Amino acid sequence: MSQALALVRGHTILALILLLAVFVLGIEIARPGTVTPLWISNALLFAAPLAILGAGQTLVMLTGGIDLSVASVATGAAYILATNAASGDGTALALSLSLGLIVGIVNGLGVAVLRVQPLVMTLGTGLMVGGAMTVYSQYMLASQPHVPAIIQTLGAGKILGLIPVDLFLWAAIAALMLFALHRTGFGRLLYAVGDNREACHLAGIRVWRVLFVDYVLCALLAAIAGLVLVGGTNAADLSLADVYLLPSVACVIIGGTSIFGGRGGYSGTIVGALILTVLTSILTLLDVPEPVKQILYGAIILSLAAAYARLTE
Amino acid sequence: MSAQAKLLLRVTGVAKRFGSVIALRAAELELRAGEIHALMGANGAGKSTLVKVITGEFPADAGEVTLAGNVTVFRSPAEARRAGIVSVYQDPALVPDLTIAQNMRLARVPLDAVRATMRELGIERLDLSRRAREIDYPHLRLIDLSRALASKPRILILDEITAALPADLSERVFAAVREWRRRGHSVIFISHRMAEVAALADRATILRDGVTVGVTATRDAEDKIVNMMLGAEVAKAAAAPQPRASAGIAPQAAPALELRGLTYGHALSGVSFRLGAGEILGIAALEGQGQQELFDCIAGVRRANSGEILANGRALELRHPADAIRAGLVLVPANRLHALLPQRSIRENVALSSLGTLGAWGPIAMRAERKRVESAVERLQIDKRASSEVRRLSGGNQQKVVIARWLAAEFRTLLCFDPTRGIDIGTKRQIYALLREVAGQGAAVLLFTSELPEIRLACDRAIVLFAGRISGEMPASEADEARLLRAAHGLAAPVRAEAPV
Repeated sequence: MSQALALVRGHTILALILLLAVFVLGIEIARPGTVTPLWISNALLFAAPLAILGAGQTLVMLTGGIDLSVASVATGAAYILATNAASGDGTALALSLSLGLIVGIVNGLGVAVLRVQPLVMTLGTGLMVGGAMTVYSQYMLASQPHVPAIIQTLGAGKILGLIPVDLFLWAAIAALMLFALHRTGFGRLLYAVGDNREACHLAGIRVWRVLFVDYVLCALLAAIAGLVLVGGTNAADLSLADVYLLPSVACVIIGGTSIFGGRGGYSGTIVGALILTVLTSILTLLDVPEPVKQILYGAIILSLAAAYARLTE
Repeated sequence: MSAQAKLLLRVTGVAKRFGSVIALRAAELELRAGEIHALMGANGAGKSTLVKVITGEFPADAGEVTLAGNVTVFRSPAEARRAGIVSVYQDPALVPDLTIAQNMRLARVPLDAVRATMRELGIERLDLSRRAREIDYPHLRLIDLSRALASKPRILILDEITAALPADLSERVFAAVREWRRRGHSVIFISHRMAEVAALADRATILRDGVTVGVTATRDAEDKIVNMMLGAEVAKAAAAPQPRASAGIAPQAAPALELRGLTYGHALSGVSFRLGAGEILGIAALEGQGQQELFDCIAGVRRANSGEILANGRALELRHPADAIRAGLVLVPANRLHALLPQRSIRENVALSSLGTLGAWGPIAMRAERKRVESAVERLQIDKRASSEVRRLSGGNQQKVVIARWLAAEFRTLLCFDPTRGIDIGTKRQIYALLREVAGQGAAVLLFTSELPEIRLACDRAIVLFAGRISGEMPASEADEARLLRAAHGLAAPVRAEAPV
């Protein structure tokens, strides 16, 4: 037992995969016949936007920060896409990604240059984006929002009816993330800044540049996640990504990235996003009212985070 | 001890340890009524700890404190204050965001009494409704003193109160202290400045390594006090002359590092020196004489107010540590935890230096990096058993990682601030051998050490700082502790009958 525990301590990712397997097994035992290739395919389809949000969140949390504007940015990007579809797919796409770019620049300037607390800064910009979108929607009532076909394919399509298209985007982002974090100078700097900002300063690193780029990347990833989401629902509304805010942070924490920065990585976030998706699936299968689901969801996330903290320390 | 004056406070056999660090072994102190008593000792001798035991800041592990004939144990500074013992510590004890008046209320000191003592100190015009944050450091010290005097202590304890005071304000403090003695009270006075102590105090108790090694009248006792502070180590250091490579600097070459009139706030004024390639220049100073600011300015951590810093003859504009590093000036800071990434591996810590200046955000050449890191790690003989997180390394190995970072990069001048503080003797030797090796390969080394005997062992030349100025310069061969210590206390070097060469 103690040996198993030691192994788990050394390789927390193993513990996470084990937990994921337990969850999947639990579903199969509770409702035999649930876990089919189609169910797995759907789980991956739904996990992708969360994991992409989690990618951005991982980037900022590694530096000891957080981005609470990701949900607003994702929603905003989706809404801008749908309301501008008439001007052509390319234009709509560029406009919606530029929302991510702008919010990322504002967040980056606030956190990196003006040294506003990331929590306060991104909470503020998140609110502003949400408000701006509401105002924007008043002017867009006339036009009929619709989601471009290519985005629908991205968010809901499946190859051979089984392999979700968004899995490819997710895989590409995951490959880039893993490479960037472990094999590039920028990745090293994220860990270094999160671990000891002063040491980075003394080592001649311009810390603000690292943080600035970090928040821009996070917001861009949030915008991309918004596109995947709206492709899946095929309906842009102004609360599209709201429910993803807590999970975007939770999947990073469950995945083993320290909220104080300097420790963790994206592979944990991937499994964290899968665990949360399966958890949602379990709660859906349980025939309980929505408020009870929310209570259970919150309670399970909290106990996972608490258990994790004990495991790693 | 003569019984002509009444004994007010007596400390016997006080011992105190913090974890594995023994701060006090056997401290003794006898304070008479109506005397100014100096408490002397080198850095870390245990002066501040002794004061804090007396005032009840923390309990002693052993020993007794007797106040006016009764054995007393204060459980808090507030209790000591009620018994008439008040201390002014090294750092201002005022809440920065409260006004002076609010601070006084917080400490339950009547404002009228404070106003009266402020008048005595000549600072009655200071506005009590200003926030502590807005008041400069020297005046904060005087306010601290006013507050202490306002509670009319039988025993006033001043711990390094003059360390950062300009001469005129120091004079006011001395006047107030003398006045306090005239009224029949006692003062325990801690200072590194020998001249002050000689002028002010009646007697002195000398601590070394947590033990009281002597009590003496202060009149004409400077050398005696210095000798007691140093102890037998003087003889030991003198008996160990160190062979060193000659610093072969071409006279026409520009020095690796040159300072011209460097000034930073009150901390540094007009510091100038030259450091040649291949040379190890030692800096000796008591605590807080500007050495920290000196290193910070050269390393680009702080910006000097005036003066020039030149590297290889080129004047530098240092706005960020990156500017200094690019000019070849690299810093091993006082606190290694300020330089390390505690949760990251040895490799990432060592490789960090290559990420800053080159702006290398792209893919890392992993194999080249590993080679570079491994050779630096081997050169320093870093214990790699806990290489995945440097916070699990011993202090000595952590220090080596900080040094290895610069060995793996390129530099011309190594700025080492007390690199051997809290490190075992074996690692110390390794580090000094390494500095010598680095210098032998043409680098310049600027070394501050708080342990004076190390200057002779490690350096070619020594500069002594006192109150932000250079108070002495000598070749390492003449830098015995007595001489360094005299200069470090701002005293002139003893006159030597030396024939001019």
